[in-house]
Amino acid sequence: MGVETKIEPTTIPRMPRGVRLKHDETRDEWLLLAPERVVKPNPSAIEILKRCDGKANVSEIVQALAEQFSADPALIERDVRALLNELAAKRMLDL
Amino acid sequence: MNKPVTDHAPQSSTKIGAPLGLLAELTHRCPLACPYCSNPLDLEKVADELDTAVWKRVFSEAAALGVLQVHLSGGEPLARRDLVELVVHCASLGLYTNLITSGIGLTRERLNALSEAGLDHVQLSIQDAEAASADRIAGYEGAFARKQAVAAWVIEAGLPLTVNAVIHHANIIRAGRMVELAVALGARRVEIAHTQYYGWGLVNREALMPGKAEAEAAIAEVEALRKHYAGTIVIDHVIPDYHARYPKACMGGWARRTLNVTPSGKVLPCHAAETIPGLTFLTVRDASLADIWFNSPAFNAFRGTDWMPEPCRSCDRKEIDFGGCRCQALALTGDASRADPVCVNAPDHEKVVAVARFRDEGKDETPYVYRQMK
Repeated sequence: MGVETKIEPTTIPRMPRGVRLKHDETRDEWLLLAPERVVKPNPSAIEILKRCDGKANVSEIVQALAEQFSADPALIERDVRALLNELAAKRMLDL
Repeated sequence: MNKPVTDHAPQSSTKIGAPLGLLAELTHRCPLACPYCSNPLDLEKVADELDTAVWKRVFSEAAALGVLQVHLSGGEPLARRDLVELVVHCASLGLYTNLITSGIGLTRERLNALSEAGLDHVQLSIQDAEAASADRIAGYEGAFARKQAVAAWVIEAGLPLTVNAVIHHANIIRAGRMVELAVALGARRVEIAHTQYYGWGLVNREALMPGKAEAEAAIAEVEALRKHYAGTIVIDHVIPDYHARYPKACMGGWARRTLNVTPSGKVLPCHAAETIPGLTFLTVRDASLADIWFNSPAFNAFRGTDWMPEPCRSCDRKEIDFGGCRCQALALTGDASRADPVCVNAPDHEKVVAVARFRDEGKDETPYVYRQMK
């Protein structure tokens, strides 16, 4: 569902004001806080979101994660694009 | 990767988890008089409001308990002179702050001060997409025009904006236009919330109740706009209870996700909980928020599924809707522990059907009982 925003390797994903990734001490887990929402990202989404700092572009995020996890960049890129598309449709991430 | 992100489901029904959100009713003062207001009929007086120091303590206790988001509400929270100071305090605790406002009483300077204090999000109410009707519903001349200006300041300040529109008989034909208005105002999110009948809304139920056909048309229109505006605005759609087959999971389950603190400091599982006879609600002066959340009899009265009567007890939806709403069961059957009569399987369902027929039976226009202090 949602519209597919065109994601280029040079696209810089940004968490807009009102959306933040927080490590919650009480529950000892990473949570995404958004307008009237608390969502629990899965482990790979957490790693991707940690790198959405408003500076790194998609290509750099994919490369860094591929190195961090010694994984195939093509697979990482598929996960990154899926997450960015989903969160952009929910207006939790700007592309 | 399917489902990379899921809505947070904090705990099973057997283990009591920490609350995610705190609704802080900072005051019951409000310049508007909306007839669907969920505040109690017996509005709390200024003299009884908690002072700044106590509210700060409440927010500190909330953060320590595990609350993540604080919804600064009322009444109209802007009526509190210490609002900026309270936002600064919440921000220092790492709490996510959401201002739920009518916008009336706000200036550009005050909004900028709130923004600099660390406010995270603004939810602005609108009463209709047409000025004359909106002002009549709000009981306040000029409210509609004022809100347009406030929305522009919110966007200018770089704050994310949600528009909240409560839907009922007088504006249901313009439900879609309210989504379009929210887009035009620059909102990233809009709540199209069909009226829930609590507090003043229950008093005004006959005047507010839409007909079945107009409710179904409005729902279809808004759902079509959801697809049209995907990626532009997120639509949160609260469908009308009385015309539904199954009840809502009220508050995500009794005392399961959120708690309310009233202007005088009473701690409640929801807006209307005080209507339930036999429950004693403690205040923030009596005990800590944690103690009240985990241990007070009122918070444990309808927690989980053990309290449930049939048909809920053996229903496969019991962990989906948690038996619906206790306050609605009370309002419609006189007994808070019965199944929510909205459910088609509830023994009292006919009571909902009878009320939902008000409009379709061609009842005369009933005047509003506007919200007001006694």
